[in-house]
Formats: sequence, structure tokens, C-alpha cells
Amino acid sequence: MSIQTPLARVRYLGSAKEGSNHWWWQRLTAIMLIPLTLWFVASIWWLVVGGATYEAFQDWLSGPVAAILMLLLIGAMFYHLKLGLQVVVEDYVHNKTLKWAILIKLNIGCVVGAVAAIYSTIAVAFGG
Amino acid sequence: MALRDRPLSPHLQIYRPQLTSVLSIFHRLTGVFLVSGAALLCLWLLSAAAGPEYYAWSQWFLTSWVGYALLAAWSYCLFYHLCNGIRHLFWDMGLGFSLRATYASGVLMVLASLGLTALSWGIGLAYYCTQ
Repeated sequence: MSIQTPLARVRYLGSAKEGSNHWWWQRLTAIMLIPLTLWFVASIWWLVVGGATYEAFQDWLSGPVAAILMLLLIGAMFYHLKLGLQVVVEDYVHNKTLKWAILIKLNIGCVVGAVAAIYSTIAVAFGG
Repeated sequence: MALRDRPLSPHLQIYRPQLTSVLSIFHRLTGVFLVSGAALLCLWLLSAAAGPEYYAWSQWFLTSWVGYALLAAWSYCLFYHLCNGIRHLFWDMGLGFSLRATYASGVLMVLASLGLTALSWGIGLAYYCTQ
């Protein structure tokens, strides 16, 4: 027998309003990513297949359009990725401890990845 | 309170595959696979920030046999996830829920993803040839 009230038992396991927030941001980032990924694919073709030199790459990323779009892509992509992977983990990992451990690593990993990418973009954009 | 294994509802392997369910599963699989692309984007940008010699190394990797194979896989998965994502956005607006529309949009989505991949590689190759 537990002395916990039913409310105390369900608290902090994730509330209904957070669920709709998750859903909403997944859609919002998805809409942002439509033009951003198309721009990214076009850029990749030009840079990788076109064999852009380091100077050409730096020149491209120092332009305000490319730098801003790259930063937006990084932000939207990592947030979208975090939301998506979170659902996959919640669906398939049933062990509570393991689930939280993975979710914590996932969140930290996404922040680290995004910060590294943002730092690199700014470093290249402002002259490395 | 000890958590016991609860009975689960019948899972994927129980059902006969349908176009709708298979496309849904691949939406998730392509999404998970694209995470590795995000990781490589990070490394690519980091290498550029680290200097020309590191940038040259990542350009070498990306234009190697393995790099092109990965780019091919990522480009298709990206267009698949993009097209099916747009299909999801239509559903979110309450459009295209009938069985007929769901199958039609599914077929259209697969064709669009293949077409966009072919188009982007076609443009890429045409660009490469003019270089």
C-alpha cells in the first residue's frame, strides 16, 4: 500500500500539455525544414560534387544568406531530430531506468551536436 | 510497487504488410538513419572550422566511393522523409484521410521521392560534367 495520492503518482511523468507542445514543435520544425533541406541539398551538390576549395567554402559560408540558413537548419534539424528520436525511444524502450538514461543522453547529445555545428559555422563565417 | 511485464498488443510481425503500414515504418526508419547524416554534417562543419587540411580530408571522404554511397542513401532517405512528412502535414490539416486518398498519396509520395532523388542527382551530374 502506498500513501501517495493518485495525483502524486502521475505527476512529473509527462503532462498532457507537454504532449501537445511536442507535437506542435515537431510540425513547426518540419515546415521550416522543407525549404532548408532543399537549399542544403542544392548546396551540398555544389560544394561536394563541385569540389569547392576551402576558400570557396569559406566564401560561401561567410555570406549572410548561407550562414543564417545554415544556423536555422542546424537549430530546426537538431530539435526535430530530438523530438523524433525521443518518440522512438519512448515506443521501444520499456525499461524505465534505461529509457531515462537514453533520453538524457539523447538530449545532451543533441545540444552538444548543435552547439558544435553552430560554433563551426560562426568560426568559418567570421574567418576561422 | 514492482513493475511486471504487461501483456502487449499484437505487434508488427502479426499483421500482413500493407502499403500504408510499410510506408509508415519506413518514415521512422529513414528518420533514424538521417540522424547519422546530421552527425556527419556536424563533423563536416567542424572540419571546416579546424582548417583547410581537415576540410580537405572530409572532402576526400565525401567524394570517395563510400562517401558517394552514403550521400546516395541520405539523399533518398531525405526526400522520402520530406515527401512523407508533407503527407503527414496534410493529414494534420484533416485532409486525405479516406482509404483511397491514403493509398493514392502513398504511391504519389514514393514516386515523388524517387523523382526528386533522380532529379537532384541528374542536376548534380550535369553540374559535375560542366566543371
